[in-house]
Amino acid sequence: MNNTMNLLTMITPAMMIPIFPLLGFLILSLFGKKLGLMSGWIASMAILGSFLCSINLFIGLEGDQQLNFSIFNWINSGDLQIEFGFLIDQLSLIMLLVVTGIGFLIHLYSIGYMHHDEGFTRFFSYLNLFVFFMLLLVMGNNYAVMFIGWEGVGLCSYLLIGFWFKNPDYNNAAKKAFIMNRIGDLGFLIGIFALIFHFGTLDFIDVQNQLTGFESNAPILVFITLMLFIGATGKSAQLPLYTWLPDAMAGPTPVSALIHAATMVTAGIYMICRSNLLFALAPYTLHIILIVGVATSLFAAIIGIKQNDIKKVLAYSTVSQLGLMFAAIGLGAFESSLFHVMTHAFFKALLFLGAGSVIHAMGGEQDIRKMGGLSKSIKITFVTFLIATLAISGIFPFAGFFSKDEILAKAFEHNLLAWALLSISSMITAFYMFRLLFLVFYGQFRGTEQQAKHLHESPISMTFPLMVLAILSAFGGFFGLPAVFDSTHQLNVFLAPIFNASKLVTTEVHALSHSQEWMLMGIATFAALMSIFFAFSLYIKKQQLPENDADLTGFSKIVANKFYVDEFYHKVFVNPIMIISDLLLVLVDKLIIDMVVNLTAIIVDALGRLYRLIQTGSTGFYLIAMVLSMVIVMFIQIIL
Amino acid sequence: MLSLELLFIPLLASLLLLFANEKAAKPLALLFSIVEAIFTIYAYQVFQQNGSEAFEFQMPWVNKPQINLHFGIDGISLLMVVLTNLLIPFIILSGFQRTTKRVATFYALLSFMHFALLGVFMALDGFVYYIFWELALIPIYFMAFNWGDENSAKVTLKFFIYTLAGSLLMLFGFIYLYMGTPNHSLDWSILSTQHTCSCNQTWLFWLFFIAFAIKIPIIPFHTWQPDTYQSAPTQGTMLLSGIMLKMGTYSLLRWLLPIFPAGMHEWQPVVITLSVIGIVYASVIAIMQRDLKKLFAYSSIAHVGLIAAGTFTLSFEGMQGALVQMLAHGINVVGLFFCADIILNRKGSLQLHQLGCIRIQSPWFAAFFLVIVLGAIALPLTNGFVGEFMLLYSLFKYNMWLGAVAGTTIILGAVYMLKMYQEVMLGDQVEQSEPMEGLHWNEKVVLIGIVALIFILGIFPSIVTNLTQPAVNQLLKLI
Repeated sequence: MNNTMNLLTMITPAMMIPIFPLLGFLILSLFGKKLGLMSGWIASMAILGSFLCSINLFIGLEGDQQLNFSIFNWINSGDLQIEFGFLIDQLSLIMLLVVTGIGFLIHLYSIGYMHHDEGFTRFFSYLNLFVFFMLLLVMGNNYAVMFIGWEGVGLCSYLLIGFWFKNPDYNNAAKKAFIMNRIGDLGFLIGIFALIFHFGTLDFIDVQNQLTGFESNAPILVFITLMLFIGATGKSAQLPLYTWLPDAMAGPTPVSALIHAATMVTAGIYMICRSNLLFALAPYTLHIILIVGVATSLFAAIIGIKQNDIKKVLAYSTVSQLGLMFAAIGLGAFESSLFHVMTHAFFKALLFLGAGSVIHAMGGEQDIRKMGGLSKSIKITFVTFLIATLAISGIFPFAGFFSKDEILAKAFEHNLLAWALLSISSMITAFYMFRLLFLVFYGQFRGTEQQAKHLHESPISMTFPLMVLAILSAFGGFFGLPAVFDSTHQLNVFLAPIFNASKLVTTEVHALSHSQEWMLMGIATFAALMSIFFAFSLYIKKQQLPENDADLTGFSKIVANKFYVDEFYHKVFVNPIMIISDLLLVLVDKLIIDMVVNLTAIIVDALGRLYRLIQTGSTGFYLIAMVLSMVIVMFIQIIL
Repeated sequence: MLSLELLFIPLLASLLLLFANEKAAKPLALLFSIVEAIFTIYAYQVFQQNGSEAFEFQMPWVNKPQINLHFGIDGISLLMVVLTNLLIPFIILSGFQRTTKRVATFYALLSFMHFALLGVFMALDGFVYYIFWELALIPIYFMAFNWGDENSAKVTLKFFIYTLAGSLLMLFGFIYLYMGTPNHSLDWSILSTQHTCSCNQTWLFWLFFIAFAIKIPIIPFHTWQPDTYQSAPTQGTMLLSGIMLKMGTYSLLRWLLPIFPAGMHEWQPVVITLSVIGIVYASVIAIMQRDLKKLFAYSSIAHVGLIAAGTFTLSFEGMQGALVQMLAHGINVVGLFFCADIILNRKGSLQLHQLGCIRIQSPWFAAFFLVIVLGAIALPLTNGFVGEFMLLYSLFKYNMWLGAVAGTTIILGAVYMLKMYQEVMLGDQVEQSEPMEGLHWNEKVVLIGIVALIFILGIFPSIVTNLTQPAVNQLLKLI
């Protein structure tokens, strides 16, 4: 009794979580002009409000308690009985804290970063709207509400990538992101239809409760999970739908940090973790996810080596890290992938914000070939960026080390090939990240003189988020200490109520022994250090610079051009559909269908002209015609 | 009786407008349409409380052949009446800034059209229905002919003859049915209960279906539509696309299904396949359209194709989805054409390559336009999503592959709409471009109204589904 009372009191803070940013969006978009720079603070406070409410829930919900409530009946028609309702459990709590916490820091950062932009208020109103939809995505208690958030964040991503809408390239990038997401969304939608059709509900809990009777790899489960996974590949930028994410870097840098690194792109992983029992019952799908994840991780990492735009490097690294998370899902290690979602949110947001600070200092320059030696002039940015780079490279004891190590250990247990490939991908990651770090912060300054004078550290509103994220990137890994440290994996304990059911159906491989775990950590650390040393010798000792694009030859040219995937898509999908569009109009619509219609008219017209000839008006002709026809009629009668 | 009163107001308006002076015509037309809209709210209340009885009206009209003036309303009819009476004030208001020649005649025709459309949606006797069906064609013909662009004479003639040819098929069908019924009647209640044998339904189905398919239009009966939408005056295009095409989709539910349940079943796969092909076909063509109005015309073909496909799944979700989408499409397409009109009035062109950079000049207009576009591409929480969701689900249930093919509309829709929006609205200021003056009060009212409706129906679609649910259940009992 006391418990339910306790839960009821938490509905209000739960409701307030999405309402704050929605209000922020409405206020900013309706009264934006009058607010000026205030709007940045209003938007930030809205997210802070959501964050505080999330903490309130985090403290209030104990053990495996969950808050599940419906707000109103959204669609009710026959099979389609869909409530608009929220589910707050341990999984959504983690995501809520990440989204609102990092969201708040990035809002704060943006106040400084977007200070001079004419679209200042518009930027914050979009940002608030994004957080609103992201919260719907995370809080929804069924797939339909999740889909609202899912498409909503896609819209905000579209608006924010194309934020500087005067630039046609940015507009193209925005459009591309939306359309590629929509391709995935069709898969998601079909998955939703199949869920309604076979389970009669979209409610997460209801679906999960009905899964007990199913065998592993039941065809319908494989089908549904595959469709949902297609949705995830779109939103989370996996092969073959990843090409929008590097282009999405057209948006302002805080957007890249928030949407295209820390939150939205991890929605696919959240969705699968949300349906973890469903996926655990479909090992075929998990196997495909593993293949896609490993391939994406490796493929994107290779492309990352040859990128020279600071944000592009980070973008490919995001794709690669997301691949790593999907690989973890493919191994059935849902909680490990979520752990990596969390640590990745810390250090990747930090990397992007740091990159923003660098770009800010360089007066808009993004080419790392034209930077160098910045460690002296922008110290805070440098130190925090270094921490994030160590974290993503998997150096002990930074956050990325623990989460990455956990995934690699799981891969070692299940699939040696996957382990080897993911290890290579991690090595490459350490290499290109340190390549980036060395080229930007070490050596000689290679920019213009004007830029050299302009170099300055960012204001406190920008460096404060950097410092907070640096602390999280440094120590965030301690939420999930591995068994060898003789302590509890706090995150896994916290998330246990979510993943217990799927644990029972996944094949249990006997856990690694402590010596094996030590060995794996040793190998990973050694590999990362080797990569760093290699980068060091190339870019610090030999002071090499990446070649100009024109000088590239052979394989490195192919890599620098991202394996020509975009060009391939253009030739195979985009151009043909444009040609088909024209052909359909000219050949089918105009020439065939409309011709038939017009032909009918022409025939009628011609017949009219023909019969007119008979109407001569001469009585003699009519008489002859009459007599003739009578004779013919009589003849026919006689013959018959 | 309420049905007669609903009919009476626009009829009175059109008669009065004939004699109104040029200055008073617009306000007078608006006034009457608002009175009608308010009266509709009252009628809606009555329907919620007492059901359809208060709307029932029956009176012998002609003895031989036996024709009764029979009007009535159920949830489906009421939805169409609401759609009509909701959109007409917006359509009238949208023309307030434009100088129209012979303005009184124009609005008299528009009001007469209003009257005829309501008649179609409420008639329950086959002959009366047919009369209103044809009556609706006359005013729109003159509006498109006299107030359209330079091509209108040729285009309108084709439109007129094409739809008339379809209607004649239907008339022939009605006469055949009349001769066939035991007590010679075309009353809906008799036609929907005493079915002709399924051997006859097989071919009679097509007489009616073609008439409706031309009106909707379903591919391949659509070639009149893009040209007509383009060359008609925008208010005429709004009437055509927003309301008049719903005559076709409404008639599928009101007449085709109850009279020919066996025919529906027999031809179901053919019609659904045709409609699904039409969705993809029209969407693909829309991608490369260079004229804004034509692009919207093809997108409209794609949308109504989905409505037809869903209707023919003969499932509860399909029919409910069709009804939700009829209302949503009506609102969105009127919004789209209105935006096109605003652009045309200011820029003097609707060619995509001559437009651009409007967002810089008019951010509020850009925001409204974007919301309407999002409604058209079915973003969740807009009205377009719910209908499309239900329709696609019904198709998926009928046949997974057809559902998946039809589902490409959510991708292709995003392609052509966002491409259009980018070309028309985004980009940096071009020097030679005309300045975009701000929105007038009437434009703001219309845009705000439409945007509000888009969200209200997207968030609370049960307003529609609860209204139509009993009627749809009734229909499903007939098959």
